[in-house]
Amino acid sequence: MSYEWIVNILTNNWPMFLRGAGMTLLISIIGTIIGAVIGLVIGIVHTIPMPERGFKKLLLKIINFVLSAYIEFFRGTPMMVQAMVIFYGSALAFGIDMDVFLAAVFIVSINTGAYMSEIVRGGIVSVDKGQFESAQAIGMNHFQTMMHVVLPQVIRNILPATGNQFVINIKDTAVLSVIGVTELFFQTRTVSGNNFRYFESFFVACVLYFIMTFAITLLLRRLEKRMDGPENYSMIGGLPMQVAKPEDTEHKIKI
Amino acid sequence: MEKVIEIQHLSKSFGTHEVLKDIDFAVHKGEVVCVIGSSGSGKSTLLRCINLLEKPSGGQIIYNGENILDDRHDIHAYRTKLGMVFQQFNLFNNHNVINNCTVGQVKVLKRRREEAEKVAIKYLNVVGMDQYVNAKARQLSGGQKQRVAIARALSMEPDVMLFDEPTSALDPEMVGEVLRVMKDLAKSGLTMLIVTHEMEFAKEVSDRVVFMDKGVIVEEGPPEQIFNNPAHERTREFLKRTLK
Repeated sequence: MSYEWIVNILTNNWPMFLRGAGMTLLISIIGTIIGAVIGLVIGIVHTIPMPERGFKKLLLKIINFVLSAYIEFFRGTPMMVQAMVIFYGSALAFGIDMDVFLAAVFIVSINTGAYMSEIVRGGIVSVDKGQFESAQAIGMNHFQTMMHVVLPQVIRNILPATGNQFVINIKDTAVLSVIGVTELFFQTRTVSGNNFRYFESFFVACVLYFIMTFAITLLLRRLEKRMDGPENYSMIGGLPMQVAKPEDTEHKIKI
Repeated sequence: MEKVIEIQHLSKSFGTHEVLKDIDFAVHKGEVVCVIGSSGSGKSTLLRCINLLEKPSGGQIIYNGENILDDRHDIHAYRTKLGMVFQQFNLFNNHNVINNCTVGQVKVLKRRREEAEKVAIKYLNVVGMDQYVNAKARQLSGGQKQRVAIARALSMEPDVMLFDEPTSALDPEMVGEVLRVMKDLAKSGLTMLIVTHEMEFAKEVSDRVVFMDKGVIVEEGPPEQIFNNPAHERTREFLKRTLK
């Protein structure tokens, strides 16, 4: 009977499941946070106004190109393949024997960074143009405008999308088992390899994954509510992180 | 009189559309100048060119004897000397009233927090908003937002205040409170450059009225002259339409 097997598996292997879930959560949390920071930094750099000529323009163009290449590459290839390339590639090319945990965090971070920078860009675009203008009008430079006016509004706006990315990361760390990270999927495979009860073992993993993602979703929803409500910020454009109410028109750009 | 800002041969094009054509114009210290004209005449663009929110296509802007459009000029420092008030208020949504007035002082002028707050309170008092220091932008009415925006600009203690149609986005019953504040400021000897559609207000407060049409300054002079005895046919037509 399946039910008895599930109880059996749990009583015998619960430390392994717990360690696996813990590892999954840890990699996802660190990866999402670092990825979000990468996204914010790229968002700031990407929106620097282009100087009209000279060395600075060339430099900015090169930087923007490199960042775009990074985003497109990591969005355009599977994380599982990236994991293999980076983990075995670093050993082959540079002779670096990466710690598996560090490799996992690294891969999830840069992968998340690529997605987050697009989310942040959308968040910056959706901030009313007047906010930039009034910040510039009192003499703020691009960095000050971003730090003190725009990004605080962006962070509130992109919170739902970031939470979504976090949930995706929890699930996608499963692919890191290919480089031997002892996260939940890897642990489950070990357990099922011992008892040959694949359905029951993975059913347990399934429930654990769901508990983690659903808990995160609920937690983030509460966090969003605690931060100032959407009526605080009026948005324009049709982005997924848009939070404006239709009647909230007073900040719209007039052309 | 000492010139605060002098504009020489300023032009601005959006693509092939020429919005400003060879504008020569100056604002003197302590002077209140109102710019009037129909929509699309280029008056807002002129104001936005002065603080470089729009980059002029040609000409010079002279401030303190230096051409601001020179590549080497620090435009951020220049902008702190111009207080800008927008039609859409543009209060910082992530800050409350007092922080709207202090963030520029602390981050740009590098004032100490306590000093910045003292300055902010002083100017919030001038605009009658000192009771609302902890309010968020969304909790204020349009007129209140605009008064805070004026206090924010004043807190930087600029040489000249620029007003870009400050009452055009307001409900009619709130226009009065903003205009009253602006009248007080005009009386206090502040240098002001105001783009407005409020003709009565322009007549009352300005030392000089500038009439613009199709990207050129058609006529300028004291308000009595512009409103009662305009020299140009285009000015007469515009005033006939707006004053009735």
